[in-house]
Amino acid sequence: MNKTYVEMKNICKTFGVIRANRNVNFSVYEGEIHGLLGENGAGKSTLVNMLSGIYTPDSGSIFIHGEQVNIHSPKHAIELGIGMIHQHFKLIDVLTAAENVLLGHSQSVFISNKSRIKSIQNVMEKYGMEIDLNKRIMDMSVSEKQTVEILKVLYRGSKILILDEPTAVLTPQEIDKLFTVLKNLAETGCAIIIITHKLNEIMSVTDRVTVLRQGETVSTLETRKTNIRELTELMVGKPVNLSIERIHSRKGDLLLSVKGLTALGEHNVPVLDNVTFDLYEGEILGVAGVAGSGQKELCEAIAGLYPVEKGDIYFKGENIVGFSPREIIKRGVSMSFIPEDRLGMGLVPSMNMIDNMLLKDYVNQPGITVNRKPAKEKAERVSKRLEIQAPSIYTAIRKLSGGNIQKVLLGREIDANPHLLITAYPVRGLDIGASYNIYDLLKEQKQKGVGILYIGEDLDVLIELCDRIMVLCDGKVTGITGSESITKEGLGLMMAGETLSSIKKGDVVCKS
Amino acid sequence: MIPFLKNAVISGTPLTFAILGAMYNEKAGNLNLGIEGMMLLGAVAGFQVAILTENPILALLAAMIFGALGALIYAFLTVTLRTNQSVTGLALTIFGTGLSRFWGKRLMGTVLPESFSRNFRPVSLPFLSKIPVLGPVFSVFLEQDLFVYLSYLIVILSGIYLYYTRFGLNLRAVGENTAAADASGINVTLYKYVHILIGGALCGLGGAYLSLVYVPSWQDNITSGRGWIAIALVIFTSWSPYRAFWGAFLFGGLDIVGFRIQTLNLPISLNQHFLRMLPYIATILVIIVGAIRKSTSHMPPGNLGNPYFREER
Amino acid sequence: MQIIKREGTSTKQIIMIRLIAIIAAIIVSGIFIVFLGYNPVKVYVNMISGALGSKIRFRATLLEMVPLVITSLGILVAFKMKFWNIGGEGQILMGAFGATYIALFVDWIPKPLVIPVMFIVGFLAGGIWGIIPAFFKANFGANETIMTLMLNYIATQWITYLQYGPWRDPDLKGFAKIANFPDHALLPKVFGIHIGLIISLVLVIIISWFLRRTKRGFEISVVGESVSTARYAGMDISRIIITTMLLSGGLCGITGVIQAAGVNKTLTMNVSSGYGFTAVITTYLSGLRAQRVLIVSFLFAILLQGGSYIQSALQIPQAAADVLQGMILFCALGSEFFVNYKVRFRKNSISSEVK
Repeated sequence: MNKTYVEMKNICKTFGVIRANRNVNFSVYEGEIHGLLGENGAGKSTLVNMLSGIYTPDSGSIFIHGEQVNIHSPKHAIELGIGMIHQHFKLIDVLTAAENVLLGHSQSVFISNKSRIKSIQNVMEKYGMEIDLNKRIMDMSVSEKQTVEILKVLYRGSKILILDEPTAVLTPQEIDKLFTVLKNLAETGCAIIIITHKLNEIMSVTDRVTVLRQGETVSTLETRKTNIRELTELMVGKPVNLSIERIHSRKGDLLLSVKGLTALGEHNVPVLDNVTFDLYEGEILGVAGVAGSGQKELCEAIAGLYPVEKGDIYFKGENIVGFSPREIIKRGVSMSFIPEDRLGMGLVPSMNMIDNMLLKDYVNQPGITVNRKPAKEKAERVSKRLEIQAPSIYTAIRKLSGGNIQKVLLGREIDANPHLLITAYPVRGLDIGASYNIYDLLKEQKQKGVGILYIGEDLDVLIELCDRIMVLCDGKVTGITGSESITKEGLGLMMAGETLSSIKKGDVVCKS
Repeated sequence: MIPFLKNAVISGTPLTFAILGAMYNEKAGNLNLGIEGMMLLGAVAGFQVAILTENPILALLAAMIFGALGALIYAFLTVTLRTNQSVTGLALTIFGTGLSRFWGKRLMGTVLPESFSRNFRPVSLPFLSKIPVLGPVFSVFLEQDLFVYLSYLIVILSGIYLYYTRFGLNLRAVGENTAAADASGINVTLYKYVHILIGGALCGLGGAYLSLVYVPSWQDNITSGRGWIAIALVIFTSWSPYRAFWGAFLFGGLDIVGFRIQTLNLPISLNQHFLRMLPYIATILVIIVGAIRKSTSHMPPGNLGNPYFREER
Repeated sequence: MQIIKREGTSTKQIIMIRLIAIIAAIIVSGIFIVFLGYNPVKVYVNMISGALGSKIRFRATLLEMVPLVITSLGILVAFKMKFWNIGGEGQILMGAFGATYIALFVDWIPKPLVIPVMFIVGFLAGGIWGIIPAFFKANFGANETIMTLMLNYIATQWITYLQYGPWRDPDLKGFAKIANFPDHALLPKVFGIHIGLIISLVLVIIISWFLRRTKRGFEISVVGESVSTARYAGMDISRIIITTMLLSGGLCGITGVIQAAGVNKTLTMNVSSGYGFTAVITTYLSGLRAQRVLIVSFLFAILLQGGSYIQSALQIPQAAADVLQGMILFCALGSEFFVNYKVRFRKNSISSEVK
């Protein structure tokens, strides 16, 4: 048995009334990749944030290399050789890669670049990493940013690496590359903790896995002695059926037709480039793509929130480009976009459920005053239908859990009986049970004849849930395909810029 | 023209200090609306010590200390107690204005002793002004008093500090993305405190220049809004110490152009009250133009004005 | 030591914390007063009696409260939208300017209508001073804090220009002053206090209703909380910002009308005398609630009135009251922290709770 690098005993941590961790026990050995598995809200991030010095435990003890420590700040954690790669990168956008690596670490008073860059390059060579050190973070792709994060940690000589949901934003190919790097690191004697809720990743990269549920440790297992089904049951607490039953509904009339849609972002760079597609009633059209490929702009452009440079959007035969958001809402277009922080668009965090239900409806009420009675009924209805857990409908929604916040948003949009439902990342951060509830809701809408534009992250889900899938890369459509005739790898290649026709030629990644 | 430009440098000097002071606050992520208050504290403390000791070094030290004391109150409230930065800054201005008026009541009508003022007579650097063509240009900047030279020195040192030292790099990180800086092992609280205090000390110096050299006597509200102009000029000069100097020079000129025009006997009669509006109107224009231009390289620190609490979730 | 966010602090706790803050302010200020060579107890007693000690003094305190209440309401609607309007001073002056124009230079309005017209014009003049920064904020995202502030100075110069120039009263030789308002342009009195008091109380009710019950009030809250959500819901953000600032500046303008027509009887720089700034503080301390504005403004009025009383009674310069005000502000602001967070001292896993 290798040396124990990290040991956490009886860790407890509460936030207000939420008990994020209860008597958690957890240990990691030298040279191992240890998976930390659990649904959202199971307390994974809280646990590792106590290792990285962001939080301090309420009680319990932490041992690093066998010595009891009280990690009081990120600085202290770094000194102990603990390096954290956060889910939301902690990098300074306006600085270069090299400056970010040196940040908070450089010893001399003056920043003398040459010798520093040399020493960073040595680290890069050692672990087989590649990155332009003089590039600014703001100009980098997601996977480049992640490389900088890892480099930063390695440069400080960290022996204990923590990665919080590192694969959420990567293409399958980039994930493979990351895992190769992680395996290299483990071989050189690092201890690696990787947080994820994707079971196949746990199976492919980890040596051991610890499952957390509702803030408690359920079990620690050796990966090769377990399987996906067992892990799911441990994670959820009960057996679950993982496949999404596809319902075939009759394809209805043409609902939405987007033609040559082009929109510009900063510096007049196209964020949507000649996007063309059709969406029919009773159809779910999936949109796949690496984060920031134009998904947000596409949703906003259809909803009238993003300026369209060129092209047309026909909704039921009517060109809605140039219409105000309110006119588009009136025609029955409903958009729910779950941003990374969950609260950014569509909801007002400090208001209660009633006022949030009012957001789009108040304007249709007569007079100059608002009547909260119908909104109250709506809140009660949505709350019951989607089983929203909240102290009451008078609670500020900021105080609800992430999953419940999403249900409020999606519930409100569905309750408006839209013709077109645009939904982006509706299961972002939800646990498995809640996710399947959402899928069921979407399928129900589909059966009612609603056209659904579904922007998703999980390729398995996209393939199972959607009728067709459109892949975006840098604002361009690289292909639209029936979801039954494509594999995950195929989608991954298209997300990286290959066109459908070019991968069809290879034919390995398409099902016939 | 040359005497006018010379005077513009002098009139811009308190602004240079104040802009740098505000800039250090903002680089640390704190929008401090208490600049005016800290300037007034420095102005009155410097003046008092000048009267008592007749020692310029002690007077400047006192100005810096009192500016920094005001900043300390602000830092404690906004950093440690996480109060709203705008309201706290405003309270600091009210406090500083009140205290300086109260304290200054006894100083009203007092004249600085000659032995003190002697120290702030213009000192020209030899030879430079004798160079043909460039000589007059040099003389605009290099026939000034020692206090003005001090402002040059601080501008240059600030530039080196911000862009070439690791402390400067870390400071910029704190202002840009506090959480990232914290995760990188930078002591965010310490950086904020130190730079808010440095900023306060610089504002104190700016105030002292007014009461000790520019006016030089005590009058209520001696800064007459320069602290506020400085806050706007930080935006105008986009958080760069070098541009801060030129911005101060420009607005220093704008401030005295009113007096100038009157002595020129221009055919059109320009009312002095309208001329006095000029710096304020210019400031508004600067802000509007800056907002319309929206260049990405001249953006404020990313986390400006946001409180930081590590365990926030 | 550990700092933890509080959830759902009880009203009782909040009151306790506020009380402690006030006591702390009294003690800190007391030390300052001792340092000045006065007896703090005597000063405090004088301040209270100077503000509340007799009917006349109480009336004076109420008169001091009126401009604070109305200006705070103006600032409140802007702050609710997260529009940091610190240009109350200028908006007050411009409101007074508008009213003065009607009172002194327009003679065709029937006398009974003069005062209502003064209010309307004052509202609009203050409102325009609020719309200017709102326009640039709404369209270009220009920083409103600095713009509103600069507009204060421009308004000050404008009024000074009028006072020394075109509006100077020719009857007063050697003394630059604008003529007094005619009697029909002065606010009528009720129980010895001009009707501004009643207006301010009515405005508290109206604004409270407006923010909580009307569509525009709802929109203001949404824009204040999240501009992107407001856009998403189809709200016309720039129109909301501009009309809200018309209201905000307009309310400040009404303060100007009342101070000119009820207190100063003419247009002078004294019409504003710092209310625009003090109102920022009172608004913030009231937690953006219209009814609480009334309470906080009353307490501040006591402070201001008491401060000017000790000047005459104890020969302590009035600036001392500003210093006290600053210290009280610091303590009140600091107490906010203890409402939102609790501090825990921790030793070897045995934790003890401190407040």
